[in-house]
Amino acid sequence: MRYTLLMHYPEMTAEELGPEMLAEGMAAFAAYTKALQEAGALVSAEVLQPSQLTTTVSFATGELVVQDGPFADTKEQLGGTVVIDVGDLDEALSWAKQAPPVHYGVVEVRPSATHTVAGEWTTHLTYE
Amino acid sequence: VRPGPGSPAGHEAAERAARTSYGRLVALLSASTGDVALAEDVLADAFERALRSWPVTGVPANPEGWLLTVARNRLRDVLTSAARRHASRRRPGAPWDDSGAQVVDVEALAEDRDRIPDRRLELLFVCAHPAVDPAARTPLMLQTVLGYEASQVAGAFAVSPSAMAQRLVRAKRRIRGAGVPFRVPTRAEMPERLLPVMEAVYAVSAIEAPTPGSMAGEARWLAVLLASLLETEPEPWGLAALLTLNQARSSGRPADLYVPLDEQDPREWDATLVAEGEALLRRAASLPGPPGRFQLEAAISSVHCDRARTGATDATALLTLYAALVDVAPTLGGRVAHAASLGRVEGPEVGLEALDRLGTSTRDHQAAWATRAELLTRAGRGAEAAEAYRTAARLAPDPAVRRWLLDRVRRT
Repeated sequence: MRYTLLMHYPEMTAEELGPEMLAEGMAAFAAYTKALQEAGALVSAEVLQPSQLTTTVSFATGELVVQDGPFADTKEQLGGTVVIDVGDLDEALSWAKQAPPVHYGVVEVRPSATHTVAGEWTTHLTYE
Repeated sequence: VRPGPGSPAGHEAAERAARTSYGRLVALLSASTGDVALAEDVLADAFERALRSWPVTGVPANPEGWLLTVARNRLRDVLTSAARRHASRRRPGAPWDDSGAQVVDVEALAEDRDRIPDRRLELLFVCAHPAVDPAARTPLMLQTVLGYEASQVAGAFAVSPSAMAQRLVRAKRRIRGAGVPFRVPTRAEMPERLLPVMEAVYAVSAIEAPTPGSMAGEARWLAVLLASLLETEPEPWGLAALLTLNQARSSGRPADLYVPLDEQDPREWDATLVAEGEALLRRAASLPGPPGRFQLEAAISSVHCDRARTGATDATALLTLYAALVDVAPTLGGRVAHAASLGRVEGPEVGLEALDRLGTSTRDHQAAWATRAELLTRAGRGAEAAEAYRTAARLAPDPAVRRWLLDRVRRT
């Protein structure tokens, strides 16, 4: 089963972190994705720029709204995603427990409903 | 069609057999797909067909194998039908997994019940998985492992049948949708995963006052099942011992009558259950590792039961056990009981000091007030004792306990 690990944590600038913490954080992420890759579980991973660089677009109210800033202005922000392909929830939880952001934020483990391969959805979308 | 314990009395043995089959079959059928609700559906179909055909053809030599074969065929039909194509999740190792090496010979299965794999242990761990709402864990066990109807489960939890049905449906949807695996945790995971299972089983015993035929018997049965399936884990044996000894002391007494342990007549206790509880406790103690919470509670229960043999309660042994218990599991209830035990061995003032050390956390704790009242009485502080008994009575949810506490006020 595919799961997306949604990593939420308080945002800190490179200055706030300091060079040592930043290097440590990057090394932790590198080790994490290396382990995922070696286990054959890694599909893709992204670490996002801070939410101050984000722009939101919506037509949900019937009117196009394009504005600066994130969808929800909370202390914790979505900071990265890791898509994994594993056997079951226990395996996904075990990878989530090893994700570096568990030490300073929250990692949400969300099962995939469907995904694309070469631009085609693999199954019809079925909601649980 | 579900062979639940709602049928007329007098068929207890038959019911137990049907219920054992029910849990075994649900466990086996859902392990292959991760879909508990679907397993229950196809099994309900199979039971319905059995009710129609057995009176005509006679009961098969292996009813469980018959039911499994019919349910399994139905499950395969459902899974291969177009409606289910995209929602199906075949899991490796399933009895009808085309790719797996563990393919079960269905013909042989139908002849020999013992060859049907027992996946109830996996199902127990699924019911109490961290991804399942804690409020749904015990109800799920009652429904899937013991075969209770959702409406009966609702009654036991004093919620409306529709609310309980919704809670159960949501939990099963989560188990399937989130991919909760049907497997026994590894040794490394066991400490973290076993506790919620035991807590859910323990909660079954607390649903009702333990009277004969009530949930206490069901909880005990689940605990023994858990212990015997895990075999080498000491705490489930401790839990089974605890529930057995507690049930031994409550059997034969009406639910609306409260008699504190010290005032109970040991001749009213069930000697067979006491012996069984002692045997379970010995089994727990024979396994390696320091005694855990349930084993210590069972040992405490065992000391009380020993009064039937010796005529007196060994208060010093109780104090040692309570000290060990609060060390392992420092719950408020355990610490209050430890204070009561201290008061008994070292004098009421020492017990009161221990209670005082618990601070404001005991403000709304019924047992703490009842303990304080008893210690104050023994310390000759009658007026304060009466006040403490009144507070305890106000906090007691059980009317029988409340009556007893108010009766104490009159006697102090």
